[in-house]
Parts: sequence; C-alpha cells; structure tokens
Amino acid sequence: MAEIDQSGGGKKGGKVRATKMSTKIDMTPMVDLGFLLITFFMLTTTLQKPSVMQLNMPDKTVDDKKVEVTADNTLALIAGPKNKVYYFRGDPKNPATVVGVTDYSAKGLREVVNLNKAQVTARPGGGKDKFVVVVFPMDNASYKNIVDLLDELAITGSDRYAIVDVPPAYIEMIKKSGKYVE
Amino acid sequence: MPKIHVKKQSVSLDMTAMCDVAFLLLTFFMLTAKMKPQDPVQVTTPTSVAQAKPTDKDLITISVGKDGKIYWGTDNQGVRVSTLEAMGAKYGINFTPGQKDVFRLTESFGAPMSVLPQLLDTPLAQRNKPGYQPGMPCDSAHNELFEWVYAARQRNPLIKIVVKGDGDADYKVMKQIVGSLQEQNINQFYLLTGLETKPKGEE
Repeated sequence: MAEIDQSGGGKKGGKVRATKMSTKIDMTPMVDLGFLLITFFMLTTTLQKPSVMQLNMPDKTVDDKKVEVTADNTLALIAGPKNKVYYFRGDPKNPATVVGVTDYSAKGLREVVNLNKAQVTARPGGGKDKFVVVVFPMDNASYKNIVDLLDELAITGSDRYAIVDVPPAYIEMIKKSGKYVE
Repeated sequence: MPKIHVKKQSVSLDMTAMCDVAFLLLTFFMLTAKMKPQDPVQVTTPTSVAQAKPTDKDLITISVGKDGKIYWGTDNQGVRVSTLEAMGAKYGINFTPGQKDVFRLTESFGAPMSVLPQLLDTPLAQRNKPGYQPGMPCDSAHNELFEWVYAARQRNPLIKIVVKGDGDADYKVMKQIVGSLQEQNINQFYLLTGLETKPKGEE
C-alpha cells in the first residue's frame, strides 16, 4: 500500500533540476493510530458503568406506620464477619428456634431466603406478602456483605425488609449455638 | 502465441477519507468521554444487580476507603465554595482566596476542619497520595460529616447523597454515615455499585 517515491534520482551530468517531491503522503500509519485511539476511547467509555442502589431507611421522626409482623413470618438475617450470615425464623426467646449459618453464594443465602419464603407462604396465617426480612448487620461485617445481602433480597423478590442494629442478645444467641466464626 | 500481460493494478489506496472518518470519530469519543476525577482514595465498589443509573448533577459523594476513612465531595463548584465558606464561618476559620480556589477544584477530600487549611496549601500530588488525608471525623462526639452535608443542603436542598463505599470497609462506618444522614432526616440515599447481571430463572 505504501507509496513509492517516484521522484528524485536525477540523471548524471544533466541539468540541475529542482527535484519534484511527491505530494502524496502515506496515510496508513495515521489511520492506524486514529483507529487505535478510537478503540481505546470506546472501550474506556462503555466499560465504566456504575449503577446505584436506592436505599430507603425508615423515618425516625414519624412514628405512625407501625408494621404488623409476627415472629413466625419474619426471617432474621445477621450479617457477621468472615462473609458469614446467620439466620433464624421465629421467636428468638423460644428454645426451639434454630440458628443456621450460611454464606453469600447463590447456593447459600438465596436458597435460605427462598426456602423460608416458601414456608411462610404455605403457612396457615401466612402468605406471600406476609414474609418479612429483618437485616441485622454486625459492626464487623463488610460493606460488600450488606450490598450482597440486599442484592439477594432483590433477586428473590423479598421487598419487605428492614435494616436494624443488631441487639446484643442475638449475638449471644449465635455464639451460644456454637456456629459463630470469628 | 503472444503472451498475455495481466495489467498490474495499483494497490495503493487513497487513505485520506478513511483518515478523516477515523479522526472525526476520535474527536467525538474524546469529547464525550468524561475525565475520571482525581480522588484521594481508591474505592472498589461492590457489584449489585441494581439497574438504576446515577444522576450526574446535584450530588454529594461520600466515599469510604478500605480503611474506613470518610471522604466528602460534591459536583457543583459553586456549592463547593459556598459550603466551605459556611463551614469556615461555623468553625471560625478564615480561608484565603487561594485556598478557596484550590477547594473549588477539589473533587473529594477527607480531613477535619482543623487541618483543612494546611491540606489546601499542600501540593495536589502530595495531597492525593493514598493514605495522606486523615479522613473526615464522623463519630457522635465530633461529627463533621453531618455539618458538611447539612451546609451543602442549605445551599442546594435538592442535592442527593451517593455513598461510594469500598467493599472491604466495615459496616460500622456505614452505620455512622447512615446515622448522621438520618439525624438530619435524609432517609433516601443511593449506594454506588458496579453492574452485575441478574441471574436468570429468579423472579
């Protein structure tokens, strides 16, 4: 593709002529460079796509909307350290309530939430819209865990959830169950 | 039999038109590309299936580093400077015009008010070194994050809060931030996350 310079190479001993230079420039490297930069800008602009997750917290100043929930319809998820999440459903004071432990993988938390949701839906006093999740993040849970947790709730379609500070009694309960991973 | 001469065609193309197109596109992409703001902290946000796109106007960005340090920034330069003035009046610090000019161009910073003037006098390269800035205090005894957000909202009541947290940061810091936002009755805010595809087969 490159142009061959056809000018120059004057005859020996002839008249001295001003050498005619070709006005054609080889554009190929320039085009190469142009497309390289285009590729670069295209990739960098489209790959950086952040999204936002909207988080609504309850209004502390207004206290009129008390949501009726029963312990049997409520799944408590306690986000702990080391990417572990502890869960139980039912009254924490009831000795029959069992604390389980799982992780944030698709096989872990998602199945727990789906299972509990199905159980609540099947209960006599339950129903799909009765299922409530309460998230208790411990101080040493990582931020990623909380985002993952909210994500799982969004994926499983559990719209009714709340984020609440974890009561010390719950931590005691988990530690007593022997499943706590420090 | 006479030899048949295949006529040799020139393989050289006129590249000028192609070059024009290439540079036109290049100019377009360069102009539409947004410069990445120079931040004093590297934040690796977690990913989520949330699809909503962040708005790019009227934002306060609260960044949280891996070490739990809090950084504050807002996008509007006018709001930035007037917020700084209000904060200076509140804490009894007079900022020089030079310091205000530096602050106007500061995308994000993390420092208590007491050392902010010195920070603004430090050269940019040193200021934005990771770990150089001490982080903004946000505990119940000394909650400057509250004051900054409050002052910025006085300037622009429609401003939205975006929390850009590092995935490895402890939730404890988030709790402090959410607490100081709720104290001034901000109950709706956004968590900046990377995009993740929603798994199929789920409702």
